[in-house]
Amino acid sequence: MKPGDELPVLSVPVTRTLIVAGALATRDFTDVHHDPEAARAKGAPDVFMNILTTQGLVSRFLTERLGPGARLRKLSIRLGTPNYPGDTLHVTGTITSVSDDERAVEIALMGINSLGRHVTGTASMTLSPQEAGS
Amino acid sequence: MTVADLSAQLTAYEGRSAVLGGRGRDPVDAAMIRHWCEAMGVPGPDPAVPGVGPGVAEAPPAMLQVWIMSGLSGAVGRTAAYEELVALLDRAGCTAVVATDCEQEYLRPLRTGDEITFDAVIESVSPRKTTALGTGHFITTRTEIRANGELAGIHRFRVLRYAPARTRTASPAERPRPVINRDNAGFWEGVAGHRLLIQRCTACGRQRFPWLPGCGECGSPLWEAVEASGEGVVFSYVVMHHPPVPGFEAPYAVGLIELAEGVRMISSLVGVAPARIRIGMPVALEFVRAGDQELPVFRAYEEGL
Repeated sequence: MKPGDELPVLSVPVTRTLIVAGALATRDFTDVHHDPEAARAKGAPDVFMNILTTQGLVSRFLTERLGPGARLRKLSIRLGTPNYPGDTLHVTGTITSVSDDERAVEIALMGINSLGRHVTGTASMTLSPQEAGS
Repeated sequence: MTVADLSAQLTAYEGRSAVLGGRGRDPVDAAMIRHWCEAMGVPGPDPAVPGVGPGVAEAPPAMLQVWIMSGLSGAVGRTAAYEELVALLDRAGCTAVVATDCEQEYLRPLRTGDEITFDAVIESVSPRKTTALGTGHFITTRTEIRANGELAGIHRFRVLRYAPARTRTASPAERPRPVINRDNAGFWEGVAGHRLLIQRCTACGRQRFPWLPGCGECGSPLWEAVEASGEGVVFSYVVMHHPPVPGFEAPYAVGLIELAEGVRMISSLVGVAPARIRIGMPVALEFVRAGDQELPVFRAYEEGL
């Protein structure tokens, strides 16, 4: 693993079920994440994904790509375009730095949907010794 | 209250406590971890993580904020200062809220049975910002989250509290009026009679649009008006999403139309969804009435139709 390495893309269909299940599993009962009429009244065309679900999907991408022994140390995300039902989120990541002992890595993240950049961010992770060697 | 007055009042909340002595509703538990894992599409909690202990599962780090969420029954331990800040923004029309940024640092894993406590500070309140959703203020809070009294994570969260941009049907009568002057009056007289007039230089024969007092080719001030056929193609176009313009309902297309006569003009493109417009698409002239004003627009035709 070295700076510049790109992690394989994770593509997630953005279904109503994912939006609502994600909102409730993160204890986020804000109406725009489950009630289309409430979302429209607030200027959005439909319900949209909450930030905690985006964060969960980004963390899934990181742990799936870096192995079960990898630990998330820091995660910073910024939301851009909303994730509406029927779209697909494509999460990508690039290794930006690797420590000398290959145990600590930093990753630049981006999640794109049909409207543009849904999420951008950075993550810091530590790898287990066997993953660090791979 | 002026915008500056409101901004000054809002800034006074920076550094004040948002939550003091907050407590998670329940200890970290396997059921919530399972809900989260199922929603995100990851394997469920593994109670056999080495070193954690029998029957104890570790929560995914990205669940950090979940344990301090208020839920349906209302906010946990918010200070009067934070409630005042929200009320001030509510009164200013900023009644909608959307999260924009989240930065987290995970210092100690959370395990089933951990009791969660937290404190939060209002780190900053932004000046008034206009976004695609509406105009409002960004509030950033920094929360320290403890598990059994031990610092487990730092959670910085930014929300936009905003006045929703009005969604209403645009009335064509609100469209901006053309500026009619001595040089272009003949063009607008033609439009009023449903004729699209362009100019032709009577010295060199060059046709031109928009209307100008002299020929750009030979400089002659002599010209005559000729009626265009109204046939043309899309030479280029843009699709407008933002900002809102009175009389127009976004998204809408503005085309640079190349007329059969060879001159180009900017006008509305109608009849085809903006996403389906293509360069080279044939168009034909139509007139629409906006209040008391006739306007030339172009209807686009999809290939093969």
